[in-house]
Amino acid sequence: MKRLIPLFEHAVKKPVWDCRMCGQCVLHSTGMTCPMTCPKTLRNGPCGGVREDGGCEVKPEMTCVWLKAERRSHSPINPGRWEAELNHLRPPVNNQLKDTSSWINLLSGADRRAPAGWTGEIVEDSADLLVGAALVEIDDPSSLPEGFHS
Amino acid sequence: MSRLSELLASGTRPVVTAEFPSIDGGGLAAVERAVADLKPYVDAVNATDNPAAHAHASNTSIAIAMHQFGLEPVLQVVCRDKNRLAMQADIMGAALHGVENVALLTGDDVTAGDEPEARRVFDLDSIQMVKVAGGLAEGHYLSGRAIKEPPTLFIGAVENPFAPPLGYRVERAKKKADAGARFLQLQIGYHPDRLEDFVRGCVEMGVAETTALLPTIVLTKTGRALSFMNDSVPGISIPQATIDRVAGAGDKEAVAEASYEVTVELAQHALSLPGVSGLHITDFRHDGSLARLVEDLRIGPSQIKEQHAHRPQLV
Ligand code: SF4
Repeated sequence: MKRLIPLFEHAVKKPVWDCRMCGQCVLHSTGMTCPMTCPKTLRNGPCGGVREDGGCEVKPEMTCVWLKAERRSHSPINPGRWEAELNHLRPPVNNQLKDTSSWINLLSGADRRAPAGWTGEIVEDSADLLVGAALVEIDDPSSLPEGFHS
Repeated sequence: MSRLSELLASGTRPVVTAEFPSIDGGGLAAVERAVADLKPYVDAVNATDNPAAHAHASNTSIAIAMHQFGLEPVLQVVCRDKNRLAMQADIMGAALHGVENVALLTGDDVTAGDEPEARRVFDLDSIQMVKVAGGLAEGHYLSGRAIKEPPTLFIGAVENPFAPPLGYRVERAKKKADAGARFLQLQIGYHPDRLEDFVRGCVEMGVAETTALLPTIVLTKTGRALSFMNDSVPGISIPQATIDRVAGAGDKEAVAEASYEVTVELAQHALSLPGVSGLHITDFRHDGSLARLVEDLRIGPSQIKEQHAHRPQLV
């Protein structure tokens, strides 16, 4: 099932939104326009290269994704809400979620988990912990995980 | 606090920033020469990051060298070439050497450069990077890992008031200001009406209260340079009347002079807008016109006479 859901999700979302399976869907806050179809994968608005005719800097024949998003955010289908959400600050993409199902990640909350520092939280240095633990607990170096020495 | 941030916050006079020429070879002597050319006329200079997607001596190396030669650097970081680890490392590394000003931008696509086969990165976007840089100054990496004795950073970004969707550009500037951008170098533009609307919007939405606005002014010599920018640089559009005025001015010298006049007019207009803190100057002429321009406009460090400029609350 875990493998089937992403396939099914892609089958549904690919034809309509050209979904790239980033695993953390923000369509609802980008006027139902997928920001991952922007060649620069920008999630917080258009770059400075949008052409005078609205064409994308990278692919001139394509209308800038964010131009569409901005236009659609005023859509009467969902008055107010899309407009308000368009300007939300979207956190960095979690590249570990690529090709996983955003539906599952929505339910589990994985799609909303940003790195601790994004919200200003300071965490203990896990690298220090690991090195410390290794020195204390592992006395047979051959039992270290592969690549540990390199 | 960096000298640039103090100067902008004081509002004593319009501030001038510029772009450092790309350096490839010639060792530090090449940097020193360029510093000597710029220093009398500008307050701070961008150490560019592979401009127009062409590789050059790195932004960090140039920023550090500029700092050592006594010219205030602005470390420019684009999101095109490096992932979040490398960008944080560059800012931290430069800060170690005393580089405090950083300008974070998306960057032109790799297809704009001479190595279009390169992999584009864009791991973070410019607004995310502004916020991440703010975290570094607060004492932690994006992961949350603590930084003891964090660096002092003066963080800025870029916005394009001249590219569609025009009405949305102010909101994007606001988003950058909210994420922590304390200055915005605006992109090259030849539409005074669009700049005026943008700056007015920024004042109305409170962006100019927290963030210094620095419109970009370009020094060019020929009508061809204008046509090239208009035709070949995405995001830049130049009214045909402006191109004709320069191209049709007469012989080579008359054209260069007409081009200079266009620049002065755009600069005067930009400086007249309430909410503007100074200018960012891009010099494609390299013929001493930069000195002439700051003198004609009476801006920059060479002007002893104090005059008033917009005064944002940068903290
Ligand atoms: S022009 Fe629009 S779609 Fe193209 S790279 Fe820029 S933001 Fe993305």
